[in-house]
Amino acid sequence: MEILMSVIAGILFMVGTYLILSKNMIRIVLGTNFISHGAHILILTMAGLKTGAPPLLGLEATNYTDPLPQALILTAIVISFGVTAFFLVLGYRTYKVTGTDNTDGLRGPDSYD
Amino acid sequence: MFTTLHLAIIAPFFIAIVVPILYKYFPRTHTGWFVLFVPILLFLYFLRFIPETSNGNTYHAVFDWIPSLGIQFTAYVDGLGLLFALLITGIGSLVVLYSIYYLSKEQEALNRFYVFLLMFMGAMLGVVLSDNLLVLYVFWEVTSISSFLLISYWYERDKSRYGAMKSLLITVVGGFAMLVGFILLYQMTGTFSIQTMIQSVDDFTEHALFLPTMLCILLGAFTKSAQFPFHIWLPDAMEAPTPVSAYLHSATMVKAGIYLVARLSPIFAISGEWLWLVAGFGITTLFWGSFNAVRQTDLKGILAFSTVSQLGMILSMLGVGALALHFDGIDNNVYIGATAAALFHLMNHATFKGSLFMMVGIVDHETGTRDIRRLGGLMTIMPITFTIAVIGSFSMAGLPPFNGFLSKEMFFTAMVDVASFQQFNMDTFGVLFPVVAWVASVFTFIYSMMLVFKTFGGKLQLGQLEKKPHEAPFGMLLSPIILISLVIVFGFFPNILAYTVIEPAMASILPSLLRNGEHFLVDIYFWHGWTVELFMTMGVVLIGTVLYLTLRKWKSIYSLFPKHLSFNHLYDTTITRGESLSAKVTGMYMTGSVKHYLIYILTFFSIFLLYVLFSTDAFALNTDHLAPISMYEWLLAIVLALSAIAIMFAKNRLATLIILGVSGYSVALFFVTLRAPDLALTQLVIETVSVVMFLLGFYHLPEIAENFKKARFQVKNFIISFLVGFTVTVIGISASSTRLFESIADFFPKASYDEAGGNNMVNVILVDFRGFDTLFEILVLTIASIGIFVVIKLRLNEKEER
Repeated sequence: MEILMSVIAGILFMVGTYLILSKNMIRIVLGTNFISHGAHILILTMAGLKTGAPPLLGLEATNYTDPLPQALILTAIVISFGVTAFFLVLGYRTYKVTGTDNTDGLRGPDSYD
Repeated sequence: MFTTLHLAIIAPFFIAIVVPILYKYFPRTHTGWFVLFVPILLFLYFLRFIPETSNGNTYHAVFDWIPSLGIQFTAYVDGLGLLFALLITGIGSLVVLYSIYYLSKEQEALNRFYVFLLMFMGAMLGVVLSDNLLVLYVFWEVTSISSFLLISYWYERDKSRYGAMKSLLITVVGGFAMLVGFILLYQMTGTFSIQTMIQSVDDFTEHALFLPTMLCILLGAFTKSAQFPFHIWLPDAMEAPTPVSAYLHSATMVKAGIYLVARLSPIFAISGEWLWLVAGFGITTLFWGSFNAVRQTDLKGILAFSTVSQLGMILSMLGVGALALHFDGIDNNVYIGATAAALFHLMNHATFKGSLFMMVGIVDHETGTRDIRRLGGLMTIMPITFTIAVIGSFSMAGLPPFNGFLSKEMFFTAMVDVASFQQFNMDTFGVLFPVVAWVASVFTFIYSMMLVFKTFGGKLQLGQLEKKPHEAPFGMLLSPIILISLVIVFGFFPNILAYTVIEPAMASILPSLLRNGEHFLVDIYFWHGWTVELFMTMGVVLIGTVLYLTLRKWKSIYSLFPKHLSFNHLYDTTITRGESLSAKVTGMYMTGSVKHYLIYILTFFSIFLLYVLFSTDAFALNTDHLAPISMYEWLLAIVLALSAIAIMFAKNRLATLIILGVSGYSVALFFVTLRAPDLALTQLVIETVSVVMFLLGFYHLPEIAENFKKARFQVKNFIISFLVGFTVTVIGISASSTRLFESIADFFPKASYDEAGGNNMVNVILVDFRGFDTLFEILVLTIASIGIFVVIKLRLNEKEER
């Protein structure tokens, strides 16, 4: 299971990187979304995927899954959502101001003197 | 302890602080008058040390500067340091006096001039009187900087700035090499104190770092003292005001390198490499400088190359003087004469070159030009200046009865003696030394004659001159007259220098030769009998006169030398090529495209991580503790992988949105199967909102969709992203297969209820055990929402669309 999850995380990273390397701003934001999915899955996998009860004490089980990575991922999801939202709006505003969504067209001046 | 000596060394810096105030509040008095008393007092102060040092005593005072690093400002006065200190303060007084008449009170920014000059004077005193190498280096760099400031004194001129830049670059490069050498010396000896090193010198002559250290330090000395091929900065430094040229670029700063060579001789001089490097570079510089001085048409240009050549001469004598160390004691040791000659010529050069520079300054000041093609016939108009020029130049050419004659004779003696030395290939190649020295002396003779007779002889060309020439005011003539009197006095009574200054200085350079109570005996006199040196001098005068008279006929040999092979050309092309090359290299990778930077970062990290992983054999695959995979999980994995891959090829915005949703929800379902209910809930909500957000994005940016469609599959990008994905997978597998220590997972089921009173462990962690994470995560969301609001609402540019 851990190997499968690692492969899945690798695929998500691959897709995310591929999207980030494109010229289109929306694709770049999509890419960050996929990379965060990959990271979340990786965190969960690293703690070991031993089956146990969900981390709720009311269930009266003998062993539970590790709650710590879940807490970490929960934080990470919220943060990456905030960042994605901001990126999207930034892309929107950049498009409105510069009239392009092509990052190749968004270079600074050739020299600063 | 801070002593009077320390105060004397840094006094010029303190006075430099006061100079601008004096300049502002006493506008009627020339600021130089206030400055003048500083070098005079210091000169008198240093004179008091002469009886001490000539009895073989030294003076030593330690002031802790950075004790934790072993850096002390140790002032150390011995014969060598004192000789230089007297030169610096003595010539310094005369130069300040001269500058009072040379620089106009109304037209020049005198405050700057005297601040820089005092800075230089203090730094120079610090160089020659420090025993600690690092303190010496600090002062050394201050001389470079103050020289830079003085050369560019008239900063509105292009050439001044060019010359200043050039001298700074060359001397600082050398200074840096010297610092490296000093640190290597510290590595070998464990101390920064020169005197301590000299006492333990036998312990490290066989050290592997000995030769590199020597090369680094010599590079510093050679660049500072304008030795071949680093001499090119000196002629360009002639853009400085003439008092500066006289002081820095003939009498003091350029001798800092010579001082360093002399000071460190007791450490390095025993080796054959030192002898060949110092003497060899010295003699090459002597020849090259005198040869090139003849082609100059600018008086200061002639003097600059002449300085280069004379510095080479002093250095070659110091190099030959090192041979003395291969004999025991001072009896019948002919080579100590070379060291004596070096020191004697050092003094002589300071006197006549200082006066010659001042003479040129007067000519320039009174006629408006320094070009020898426009000058001539000034003999009757400026008789005193002419006398100064004659005596200075004849002394420089090595003619009797002036002091230059004596030191040149001693120089020839040293060079002739070299050829009879039996070690280090001296017996074969050593014969080159007297030959080159003689040829160089012929050229020295020629340019010395040019200096006098092209300026003062011949016809007066009034039409060519900017001003009507007349004799200079007495104040301006005073300094060169004093110096020229010294030329004559040292010429007739050289032995007044021998006991007081030269012998103690030799004791500093060749300490190992002296047994207890002994001291060097230097006796300089005119008549040696019919020796080979005398015939050499006669030959110089004879051939020199013939060549001077036929100068026009053979001057074309200078144009034979191709211009693009000159060292100036090399320097200029190095600078321009270096600039364009670095601009090209930077332009190559700093493309301004975010994509390129991402490629560098991602490729570097992937390759680096993979390399480390496999080179340290860290890759591990452990299947013992793997969790089983259920059918659902296989299915989810396939859906997630397919949807992720599909988005790479998606060109339709609706399809993109659906795929985005599918992948997000399958991640949420994974959370369900992996028993993370809170995660699943959050993921479902967030994914829904994200999809809505992207939907809005697509809606508001219709043309993005157009561009979106055009995106084609990029193989290069895919390779890089595959590399990244592969790295993540490999590291993920290795990391989950290796378990270094037990996790703290068991803590939470026990503690959640007992300590925090909650059943939901994840929530307890979020708000109780690790509440700070949550606090700042809330902050992140707040900032993001404020940011979004601002980005959308704020319009600083009015013209922008609403």
